[in-house]
Amino acid sequence: MWKRIPEQIRHVVVPIVALVVIYLVVRHLLIPSSFGLWGHYRAASAVQNAELPLKYAGAEACADCHGEIASTKKEGYHRGVACETCHGAAYTHTQDQEKQKPQINRARSLCLLCHEYQSSRPTGFPQVVSDSHNPLKQCIACHQPHDPKPPHPPKGCDACHATIQRTIAVSSHGNLACSMCHEVPKNHKLSPRGNPAKLPQLRETCGKCHAQDSSASKEIPRVDMASHGGKYLCWECHYPHMPGAR
Amino acid sequence: MKRDRPDKGLDKSRRDFCKTILLGTVSLAVPGSILAATEKKGLSDWYGTKYKPAEHLYAMGIKVDRCIGCGRCVDACKRENNVPDYPFYFRTWIERYIETEDGQTIVDSPNGGKDGFKAPASDKKVFKTFFVPKICNQCEKPPCVQVCPVGATYRTEDGVVLVDSQYCIGCRYCIQACPYGMRYIHPTKRVADKCTFCYHRTVKGLLPACVEVCPTQARIFGDLKSKASPVNQFMRFNKIFVLKPGLNTEPKVYYADIDLEVR
Repeated sequence: MWKRIPEQIRHVVVPIVALVVIYLVVRHLLIPSSFGLWGHYRAASAVQNAELPLKYAGAEACADCHGEIASTKKEGYHRGVACETCHGAAYTHTQDQEKQKPQINRARSLCLLCHEYQSSRPTGFPQVVSDSHNPLKQCIACHQPHDPKPPHPPKGCDACHATIQRTIAVSSHGNLACSMCHEVPKNHKLSPRGNPAKLPQLRETCGKCHAQDSSASKEIPRVDMASHGGKYLCWECHYPHMPGAR
Repeated sequence: MKRDRPDKGLDKSRRDFCKTILLGTVSLAVPGSILAATEKKGLSDWYGTKYKPAEHLYAMGIKVDRCIGCGRCVDACKRENNVPDYPFYFRTWIERYIETEDGQTIVDSPNGGKDGFKAPASDKKVFKTFFVPKICNQCEKPPCVQVCPVGATYRTEDGVVLVDSQYCIGCRYCIQACPYGMRYIHPTKRVADKCTFCYHRTVKGLLPACVEVCPTQARIFGDLKSKASPVNQFMRFNKIFVLKPGLNTEPKVYYADIDLEVR
């Protein structure tokens, strides 16, 4: 059979078959076994990346044991600050409490990383100029870091609500006190998130000045409270802080 | 009988030539095959089975208006991922933009923002100024993956661009290709290194280290395939922008409240 194939073809077929076999063997040996499992890459490499050791445990892991501190923190200004932001990476500590103690840095410089005055920081973020703000005292002497409160509560609403203050100042409502429309709980300035200020819940809040039978100045625009707006509260359509309050 | 040849160097029969070629191929293949054989299959019992990459698609949102430039993210990233602590290796960093009244834009990032920022040295009148966190954009169409000559960088099904540090040859082509400057050569491993969205954390349901420590929630992380994820909420409630949209890389780091000057 083999001898009946013309000689010139036999001489060509043998090296070609040999080359193909060599190619297949070499390819099998050289390409990593997990290549192409999930895409054009070595799947084992994705696994390696996924199994790197952890350093940060995450705030939930901290709260498992330190629940008391976690619940104090939850109500205060620092509720968005993770434990490990100040105390450093603590995964080892969650696995073995004796092996690693998270750091407690009481230096002013740690607090000032966030709270030193910087013109680039967003308006309303609490900042101090450290050189003139009790330079010899530790921050934690006055401010409890898990529930920081200003020793003197801010005087005006604009200390925190600067954006609203800037818009309302040029609007027709510029001269009104915030408390005229917002009911502000007593402790709002000390613990704002625990005691949120309220939005007006009645149409009559606006009606005091804008109702047809109101005794307020004649220049204030009036509406017929009975027919205008129906079931909606006024601020659901009109934004009272905006210039013109449309 | 041999034919006469002018060049003695070519004085070889066809048989000899074929032998040399075969020997050469085999001698090249042997060391390679030994290397490949020593590598175990290297798969795990949970990744790919319990955790299915195809069911996730990770993305990050950045609220520029919330960044206070404290640099905790840069510090946490370096610790979590063993990024060398020299001043010029970063997987994430913070830039400070200062736009002056005469129309100039000054951008600086001393030590990536890791030690915080000092007051700007320039005495020019400031028109506006803000911080911008930068991180690998985990592009949908990553130029770095396209150019890698050995296929050592790739995009996983959950949308994260990773580096295979065993196969990377350190040629730096990907560093040239990345339009955002997010890659560097690791000085001791001598391979390309980059942000992985803390892949070892996210696949276990944890947040990336930079998101975990951000005190003002300027960074938001989540799974685009889960409707309840914070990043989906972020994308619904903000007008978002990506860096260098004209390059068609389709980044998955979304910025809100960003300024025109940010590149």
